[in-house]
Amino acid sequence: MIEIENVRKSFGPLEVLKGINLTVAKGEVLTVIGGSGSGKSTLLTCINGLEPIDSGRILVDGVEVHAKTTDLNKLRRKIGIVFQQWNAFPHLTVLENVMLAQVKVLKRSKADAEAEAVKQLNHVGLGEKLKVYPSRLSGGQQQRMAIARALAMSPDYMLFDEVTSALDPQLVGEVLDTLRMLASEGMTMICVTHEMKFAREVSDRVAFFHKGVMAEIAAPDQLFGAPKDPELQKFLAATH
Amino acid sequence: MFNYNFRWNQALSSLPQMLEGALVTIEIAVLSMAIGITVAILLTLFRLSGSRPLSAIATTWVEIARNTPALFQIYMVHFGLGGFGIHLSPYLSLLIGIAFNNAGYLTENFRGALKAIPETQTRAARSLGMSPIQAFQNVILPQMLRISFLPMTNQMVWAILMTSLGAVVAMNTDLYGVTSELNARTFRTFELFAIAAVIFYVITKAITLSARLLAARLFRY
Repeated sequence: MIEIENVRKSFGPLEVLKGINLTVAKGEVLTVIGGSGSGKSTLLTCINGLEPIDSGRILVDGVEVHAKTTDLNKLRRKIGIVFQQWNAFPHLTVLENVMLAQVKVLKRSKADAEAEAVKQLNHVGLGEKLKVYPSRLSGGQQQRMAIARALAMSPDYMLFDEVTSALDPQLVGEVLDTLRMLASEGMTMICVTHEMKFAREVSDRVAFFHKGVMAEIAAPDQLFGAPKDPELQKFLAATH
Repeated sequence: MFNYNFRWNQALSSLPQMLEGALVTIEIAVLSMAIGITVAILLTLFRLSGSRPLSAIATTWVEIARNTPALFQIYMVHFGLGGFGIHLSPYLSLLIGIAFNNAGYLTENFRGALKAIPETQTRAARSLGMSPIQAFQNVILPQMLRISFLPMTNQMVWAILMTSLGAVVAMNTDLYGVTSELNARTFRTFELFAIAAVIFYVITKAITLSARLLAARLFRY
């Protein structure tokens, strides 16, 4: 379970998270929508401790992420994150990309890591590309590789930060299909996205962020069908 | 004027000795590069550490190495340290002097290479649970060395040529030193130094070419 309690966060004078309260249960798929600068991506990077927070607290399975005593490297093994920019390691083959952290962080043997990497790469449809360097992959393939790389760490939670925003339109579908597959397998997921149709289909709940505040959170039918917050109404009108 | 009689045969009879000197020159250059690269990686880590004193050490090193003559650097290792009671052989003084110079230039090359690597690479590595050191070692360092591979080749060539500065510390076993001593005995100045120059040229050309071949093999991505 991920518990976010009254989290505040500023970059200089700009407060990007103004007291966020949110709980994500095991097995839940939460999507977060909202305009640029609404704080939704920042929230994700706070959850796995890449960004410090100013006040409040975030608990992952009862462990406080920003407590001084927390071993972040250990905690991050539970939380996979995939970014808008896919960040393939260019000097490693697809297979090596997915093996690296397993060997270095989880201390798996090379054979185990390779078996797991092959399994995950098959899972995301890259089983034919094991020995290829990332520069030979399309953006959508690189993004699926990044998803496989995160999944190979056997995380309990997956965070997706606008993973289709940097892709050519014709490549968006293959990545969303991968996310749908994960959702159907019961992975706990928080997806920050601009893909409204996708959010509506896969989510258990959808949260709308506006200027650092979680303005509304509800089941997708309710949030898209009968939005209460006036900003959300404007946002949905503009994106449809 | 122009009544100099070339005696190439006499000079060429010294070729075996000169080639032995060339081996010493190559040895010093290779060792000085190995030390230089290691120290430069360390200094780069100092710069990245965020610690002011460590970063100041790195900056001072780079500034001195790049903005003072290499000859002074070698001279200081031999005679400067000698003043403090640290007496190093000409061989060691030359090696350390060149390594000092290499480390300074390479640190600066590495700084440029790091700028070419997106910061998101570190973030991706850290979010997979790698420690800062693991992220540097497995993700950043290989890319950094790749990007600075050609500048490193240049520095290697420069290291070969810098061995001739051993002259100031009375180094007499490297290519320059051997040539110089032969010259003192025979006065075949033009022939001896022309032959030495050709040997230098062949060595540096071989380095550049083999580096190119090595790069093609190493960096397939």
